[in-house]
Amino acid sequence: MAMEFLRPATWDEALAAKAEHPGALPISGGTDVMVEINFDATRPEYLLDLTRIEELTDWSADGERLRIGAGVTYTSLIADLADRLPGLAMASRTVGSPQIRNRGTVAGNLGSASPAGDAHPPLLADDAVVEAHSARGVRHIPITEFYTGVKRNALEPDELIAAVLVPPADGPQQFAKIGTRNAMVISVTAFGLALHPSTGTVGAAFGSAAPTPRRATKAEQFLAAELTESGRWDSRAELDPAAVTRFGALVAEAATPIDDVRGTADYRTHALSVMARRTLVWAWTDYRRKRVRTCA
Amino acid sequence: MKCTVNGQPQEIDDVWEGESLLYALRERMGLPGSKNACEQGECGSCTVYLDGTPVCACLVAAGQAADRDVVTVEGLAEDDELHPVQQAFLDAGAVQCGFCTPGLLVATHDLLEREPQPSDPEIREALAGNLCRCTGYEKILDAVRQAAATSAQSKAGPS
Amino acid sequence: MSTPTRTEQNLGADIAGGVGESPLRPDGTLKVTGEFAYSSDLWLTGMLWGATLRSPHPSARIRSIDITEAVRTDGVYAVLTHDDVPGDNLYGLEHADQPVLAGDVIRYQGEAVAIVAADHPETARRAVNKIVVDYEVHEPLTDPEQAVFDSTAPALHEGGNVLRHLPIRRGDPDATADVVVHGEYEVGMQDQAFLGPESGLAVPADDGGIDLYIATQWLHVDQKQLCRVLGMPANKVRLSLAGVGGAFGAREDLSMQAHACLLALQTGRPVKMMYSREESFFGHVHRHPAKMRYEHGATRDGKLVYVKAQIILDGGAYASSTPAVVANAATLGVGPYKVRNVSVDCYGVYTNNPPCGAMRGFGAVQAAFGYESQMDKLADALDMDPVEVRTRNALHEGATMPTGQVVDSAAPVEELLERVKAMPLPPEPNASDLDGYDLRLLPGGVSNTTHGEGVRRGVGYAIGIKNVCFSEGFDDYSTARVTLKVNGGDAVATVYTAAAEVGQGLVTVQQQIARTELGVEQVVIQPADTGVGSGGSTSASRQTYVTGGAVKAACEQVRARVLRQAAKHLDLPASQLRLHAGKIVSADEAVVAAVVDVLGGETITETVTWRHRPTHPLDENGQGNAHVQYAFAAHRAIVDVDVELGLVRVVQLDCAQDVGKAMNPDAVVGQIHGGSAQGLGLAVMEEIQVSGGMVRNPSFTDYLIPTILDMPPMQVDVLELADPNAPYGLRGVGEPPTISSTPAIVAAIRHATGADLTRVPVQPHHITGTP
Repeated sequence: MAMEFLRPATWDEALAAKAEHPGALPISGGTDVMVEINFDATRPEYLLDLTRIEELTDWSADGERLRIGAGVTYTSLIADLADRLPGLAMASRTVGSPQIRNRGTVAGNLGSASPAGDAHPPLLADDAVVEAHSARGVRHIPITEFYTGVKRNALEPDELIAAVLVPPADGPQQFAKIGTRNAMVISVTAFGLALHPSTGTVGAAFGSAAPTPRRATKAEQFLAAELTESGRWDSRAELDPAAVTRFGALVAEAATPIDDVRGTADYRTHALSVMARRTLVWAWTDYRRKRVRTCA
Repeated sequence: MKCTVNGQPQEIDDVWEGESLLYALRERMGLPGSKNACEQGECGSCTVYLDGTPVCACLVAAGQAADRDVVTVEGLAEDDELHPVQQAFLDAGAVQCGFCTPGLLVATHDLLEREPQPSDPEIREALAGNLCRCTGYEKILDAVRQAAATSAQSKAGPS
Repeated sequence: MSTPTRTEQNLGADIAGGVGESPLRPDGTLKVTGEFAYSSDLWLTGMLWGATLRSPHPSARIRSIDITEAVRTDGVYAVLTHDDVPGDNLYGLEHADQPVLAGDVIRYQGEAVAIVAADHPETARRAVNKIVVDYEVHEPLTDPEQAVFDSTAPALHEGGNVLRHLPIRRGDPDATADVVVHGEYEVGMQDQAFLGPESGLAVPADDGGIDLYIATQWLHVDQKQLCRVLGMPANKVRLSLAGVGGAFGAREDLSMQAHACLLALQTGRPVKMMYSREESFFGHVHRHPAKMRYEHGATRDGKLVYVKAQIILDGGAYASSTPAVVANAATLGVGPYKVRNVSVDCYGVYTNNPPCGAMRGFGAVQAAFGYESQMDKLADALDMDPVEVRTRNALHEGATMPTGQVVDSAAPVEELLERVKAMPLPPEPNASDLDGYDLRLLPGGVSNTTHGEGVRRGVGYAIGIKNVCFSEGFDDYSTARVTLKVNGGDAVATVYTAAAEVGQGLVTVQQQIARTELGVEQVVIQPADTGVGSGGSTSASRQTYVTGGAVKAACEQVRARVLRQAAKHLDLPASQLRLHAGKIVSADEAVVAAVVDVLGGETITETVTWRHRPTHPLDENGQGNAHVQYAFAAHRAIVDVDVELGLVRVVQLDCAQDVGKAMNPDAVVGQIHGGSAQGLGLAVMEEIQVSGGMVRNPSFTDYLIPTILDMPPMQVDVLELADPNAPYGLRGVGEPPTISSTPAIVAAIRHATGADLTRVPVQPHHITGTP
């Protein structure tokens, strides 16, 4: 039962505590950690409360990227950053309930690294970078290197997530998630899409359909090449329906889902292809209407 | 641990700070109004205000509430006067077994603070984190609409 | 002894309103202020917390139990196993076949093996984890069909695995028809998912007995079982109803009652037990999963010629109320239709799956999914409107049920269907307008899976039938004690019963009845406990009927005494007097005395045990007048289905129900809303998934019940066609709306998709056709 509650007042104190007690479990919104504790699924020796560190709840522009502090809640993200990070904001809106969104954070999603975390697909599609701090210094971990296994991530035992760095949207973004209820539901599978006209690239990623959140690299490359070679980035001409279908198929191909209590593997694969096609059409419609704010 | 609950300073000993705020409220402070129905943030029955923001008390570590301001269902009524949201739930028949009611009252209170005249889809999205098993939600919607109307009237003032 | 509540639970609030009005709930203010004392809120100084060790295996033999380490834990006061049960280590509603604490055999995952009392709930849980049980693990029997038909399957109980087989035979077994439709259907295991998990507080008493404060549906049936387990007479085992956070059938069986009493008696301290949500999934029975085969034969003009059905209900490890559930599924198995030739075989069986028992709708829910799916199939085969095929065969007053019982009060099947059909439809979605969408109004909701693509609308109808009250000759009664006296210058009535208020509003109705019958305004509802005779179960939609009947009868006797007294004083014939608004009124409407003056300092008390008309057992062909009353509700569902993703949004759910007499119209509508929502849950999301006898989703993360974004607006039409046999002509209300809502929604999904949906809950992959 002994479990010590550490309450650092500053970030340096937090890093020192984590260095001293690498087994300490950081807690912010508590929306994952407290479930584990309430259900007796985990009993860390130390709980490291990060909610006293006010700077963590800030976000700011950091060069080319937005720096979202580890304590920024989904609710703030939706309220403040929906225009610059539409994909992440759309995903945030699907997280749990309003009460959960008032407490939960993107950094918490990263810390838990559940394949079902809603923030992961847009972070992957956006080429986010995780800013990890330790008493030893600062490390920038590209999001594609962050997820290392089911509920495992690339953090060292003495590291804490300080922020996540995300480039603001330079093109349309979309997010879609399957749940068997119309609210407050963990994803059966989810898909995030970001079109990057400024670099002529595409981000496409999914959750709950592999041991980790994953990018659909072939689908990204196919679509980027298709848009570039056909001159559509510039012409904004309607998409070739065959290309849309192919994109959906390639996204589905990248998945290696399982059957579980929330859905079957075959359904997940099928749903990913549908969501990929639909979100692409929505994103492209936005792009054609030049609705999207461009930074280029 | 010290905090403020419903405007009253509270000091509790022996609290194990990894306990949930919900446990601390119910078992250590004698405030059982907030309900324990799932302990995983999936039902909203334990919704309380923490520094003005509605949260699931089951997912807040008691230690995280230290020096913070907590308002529970027990703190909604002023003196002996029910808050209009409480009165509307009562009048509309939105209460059956009542186990979800404390959380719904706090969530509705917050919704109407932010959006005094919510549309039906807004009400539904705002209350989607509060499960009710008895009412089918129809009379809860009625109650929220009534509370919004009452608040609008009282804001308009006596004519 | 101090009471274990922290606020006075006063149910005597001054609220006007008699029968047929909709006064506020007397417990409403306590509920909106957070002061209402639910069982989980009870508290006494020095109380201990109980916790339960449960089997992780669905089938096993216990070789040994070692409690040494648990006993040694600081803060632990008692660790008990089957050896410590002083009386019979068996309980059960009808068949006492379930151990209080498992002795040698484990029959389901989650079966209780040992219990602990400690000074903190976490200490108790930790001590539970220190108990070492050596299990010899066996292969579980999990297929109910195998349990019935495979003679080589292991017998889980003496007497084999068929707990009840009920055949219904009527008419010609070899009847043939022009048009024949077959179907096989499945219903998954639904959970009642009340929000207030099992909890209670047992307090050892000075007389060596026990006082138990408990959230239950039936105090006296708990008491009866506890007496047997504790080896004590009824006067030593006293139960009081604590606040109940919903029930829906899940509190009809014992959960922690015996465990808390055993621990309290052992330690000499009050013991509180409160299940977590996960434990709750293992701590109560669920709705029986069903496998059903139906064959309907009809003439070319849509008249049913015969129905054959086989219904297998998986009762799981212990009997609970399975025999009665079988009776309902069998006797109501063809639905509210006239059928001359019927052959139904319904089986309730033992398996190593979780025990199943009562849940709102109780056997009628499962059958309705089968017979209503068949009626739609028949409509398709005949190319006939689904409402038309139903009305052509509609049951009506005077018609004969497959049991031979003649329906002797209103059975407005045709009218209910026509009424739901006539209700306004919601506006059609505008498929071409992909910009004008509101995600919250689309399948998938804010998860943003469609902006209109793939969305098709469907409309479906269903109607159901339910028996009200207990059946088959059960001695079904309720007891009410009504007191009238002057208090503070006013005549005040007190109503005292043991009937459980579980949220439905029985306390309100009891007050309304007393106001109407006694002409007083102030009616105090005394807390329910075993100090008065049984109120029977809060189930089978029976409390307003039976306890309402008892309260009415007791009030009538009190009134007769008041009037006799008044007649004596006034020298008028009592038959010409009545009570109204606290006054004695004569035949010519003159106020001749005040009730307070007639009463003076006297207290008039009458206790009545009231029974509905008798029912009778079924014979070997399932024939007999088994039921007291039938109730009917019809639904129309409108759904939007994303046919590519298999996601459903119910757009509107409309209901028409005959309630005989709307005792409290607002509460009636509230029951219809809530019951319909539970049917919606079964239609599209709710299932306890069991694999190899193991529950895969015992949490609200993965056992999903509808949110406010899933439940659509409802139009409700309430008919009041009085049943002359029932008090005030009323008809039970609680269950019928749960029955027809599920098949109506599934019919609407079929209409939208063309998919042949034979299982509920309908999952997305059933619609998309991906495996």
